[in-house]
Amino acid sequence: MNDAAVSEDAPRINYLTNGFSVKSWLLSVDHKRIGILYLIAMTCFFALGAVAAGLFRLELATAEADVLANDTYNKLFTAHGIIMVFFFLIPAVPGVLGNFLVPIMIGAKDVAFPRLNLASWYIYMAGGLTTLGAIMLGGIDTGWTFYTPYSSVYADSNVIMAGTGVFITGFSSILTGLNFIVTIHKMRAPGMTWMRLPLFIWAQYATSIINVLGTPVLAITLLLVVFERGLGFGIFDPARGGDPVLYQHLFWFYSHPAVYIMILPGFGVVSEVIACFSRKRIYGYEFVAFSSLAIAGIGFFVWGHHMFVSSQSEYAALIFSALTFLVGIPTAIKIFNWTATLYKGSVVLSAPMLYTLGFIGLFLVGGMTGLFLATMATNVHLTDTYFVVAHFHYVMVGGMMMAWLAGLHFWWPKMFGKLYNEFWAKVGAAVIFFGFNFTFFPQFIAGNMGMPRRYHVYDLDYQPFQMLSTAGAFLMGTGLLICLITLVMSLITGKKCGRNPFHATGLEWNKADSPPDTHNFTEPVNVDVEAYDYTDERIYRDA
Amino acid sequence: MSHATSDHAHKPYQQHHFESMQQQTQSTLLGIWLFMAQEILFFGGLFAAYTIYRILHPAAWEAGAASQNLLLGTINTIVLIGSSLSIVLAVHAARHADKAKVLKFFSLTLFLGLVFFGIKYVEYSAKWDHHMIPGIRWDDHHALHTLQQHAHAGQHLEELPSGIQLYYSLYFVMTGMHALHMIIGFGLAFWIMAKTAKGCFNEEYYPHIEYFGIYWHFVDVVWIFLFPLLYLV
Ligand SMILES: [Cu+2]
Repeated sequence: MNDAAVSEDAPRINYLTNGFSVKSWLLSVDHKRIGILYLIAMTCFFALGAVAAGLFRLELATAEADVLANDTYNKLFTAHGIIMVFFFLIPAVPGVLGNFLVPIMIGAKDVAFPRLNLASWYIYMAGGLTTLGAIMLGGIDTGWTFYTPYSSVYADSNVIMAGTGVFITGFSSILTGLNFIVTIHKMRAPGMTWMRLPLFIWAQYATSIINVLGTPVLAITLLLVVFERGLGFGIFDPARGGDPVLYQHLFWFYSHPAVYIMILPGFGVVSEVIACFSRKRIYGYEFVAFSSLAIAGIGFFVWGHHMFVSSQSEYAALIFSALTFLVGIPTAIKIFNWTATLYKGSVVLSAPMLYTLGFIGLFLVGGMTGLFLATMATNVHLTDTYFVVAHFHYVMVGGMMMAWLAGLHFWWPKMFGKLYNEFWAKVGAAVIFFGFNFTFFPQFIAGNMGMPRRYHVYDLDYQPFQMLSTAGAFLMGTGLLICLITLVMSLITGKKCGRNPFHATGLEWNKADSPPDTHNFTEPVNVDVEAYDYTDERIYRDA
Repeated sequence: MSHATSDHAHKPYQQHHFESMQQQTQSTLLGIWLFMAQEILFFGGLFAAYTIYRILHPAAWEAGAASQNLLLGTINTIVLIGSSLSIVLAVHAARHADKAKVLKFFSLTLFLGLVFFGIKYVEYSAKWDHHMIPGIRWDDHHALHTLQQHAHAGQHLEELPSGIQLYYSLYFVMTGMHALHMIIGFGLAFWIMAKTAKGCFNEEYYPHIEYFGIYWHFVDVVWIFLFPLLYLV
């Protein structure tokens, strides 16, 4: 069926046209609609986090305090961190793309527990609005890590409310993770064996395991802080024999694996996009699949690398350092396999592919600088400097956000049945890439020179780097706006597309319409092909 | 999950997105066990804090455990084991579609749960009277006096052992979280009893009852760990 035929067909009811009332969206248990609900909410949270960053970046352009009071500055970087980590980075790919794609990719009608899935969204919103309330009603100034005893005793801001919001949202991650694990285990279509699963599914599976096993530890940790601050319990209070370092252990036991909660789904997206736009099966499929599980497993035992300068024993630090190097191996396996897939592939430089290539470059820098920080001697020099800030932004923004945008562009035609303007999408990708590097590369240098993070007034020597950084941030903001406008415009003026505009493999492209039917498939699903079989001529039929 | 299209007769309690009853049952069971796994990690954080502080402050733990009312704790342990037994019997009755018995055993479980709370109330209010609730009602002088009264033979308490407030903080958080899980269990039990009374279950379909059993056993097992850790050692 070509484009003309699609538009002439009597419009079949799809998941978007199946009811238009607000209620039909807010009470929908359709995993695709829930994915869209996440998309809308998450975009709003992202915008708020970005505005906070824009404000304090403006302040940091000069070495003196000129825009913000120091208190406001503290609250803004805290708001930026909390919103971006807990309400965008962690739930973005699982909440939006995972919800939309996991059932379709494995040939199921829905996730295993559709009502629980909707409940997860409401829990996410409840937590998000609680935390947002805390930010609006005066803010929090602890930094996103809620370190005690600052958060428990000294901070004079809305720690309890913000912590409660994050606590609530955690259960959304847990329940979504649980839902995905069961769905992937039990809902696969006939013929969809584990080794035929798209790598996106493997990534979601590994992420879900971390979500289910890691998030409850964060929940109880935040609860202890709330009790300590609210009721005066002394769990982390040194005056009563408590140990603030214990807080750090418990916090990072979750929050290091949380880095993989953020990045593993991004890896999944990258595998899909690279296979499609290289027209090749992912090189070393099994290695890429199992490296996700290896990262999830080892990732649970490296948290101490955040605490090399705390009072942690140096023998423990030694082991944490070694294990951190170890986790670099499965990550490198992925990078090598993706590169090998590109090798001699028929590479198409589409917008999703540009984002993906940007991801590989930026994530590589982020990962390699991570090794500097995993090395104890260099870590002491770099701890709490802008080097750390640059490192984790290369991983989280350069890595995860680029992968998220790659995935959003890649599956956008599937989600809405419309094509976006490829030229402007590419412009957006390029501007974001350059803006990002202008923002964060200078921070590596400033950090190595010794500039500490989290100060809004600083030594004049660092000013050129900070100015460059601020300029880059606004360039990146422009790129994000171009991207947003391009995608929104596609909904209004975009060309309708058929099932498989990119000639990709996978059930979502070959068995489901764009946008998909309410029950995902209109015909029975039986899988008889291996994953990423780009020699199969059937994928070229249905554009 | 082998026949995707055949319009095989759906049981009324089979949800439409599942291909078969077996798929639905297996999925739900896996979901329940995963939920239990996250529960273990949730309490795991507390047990980790407990272990570290116990190693750092052994004297506080010894004095704290000695100050607990061992008799009441033991009774409560037996009461909870009884309530778990009663749930096993309820599941057994459900297997034979004996509605009256299911309701009877659920009521017994709830009753035993209430007994547990009654005893817990006595224990908590004793802590209140002795000014032994950190942050809320704590007094060094009172606390020391109480600890001295209950100290084991051979343990001399001249002053409050370091970290004693940590022991009580953890005592309240751990038993409090356990109690919260019991309260949630009460809510679930009422809901399942209402469903049972309405006749939603039969001899081949009673998953809620079975899964409640898993949950309740878990809550019981948590107590089985808490009791020796907080009262005995
Ligand atoms: Cu880490």
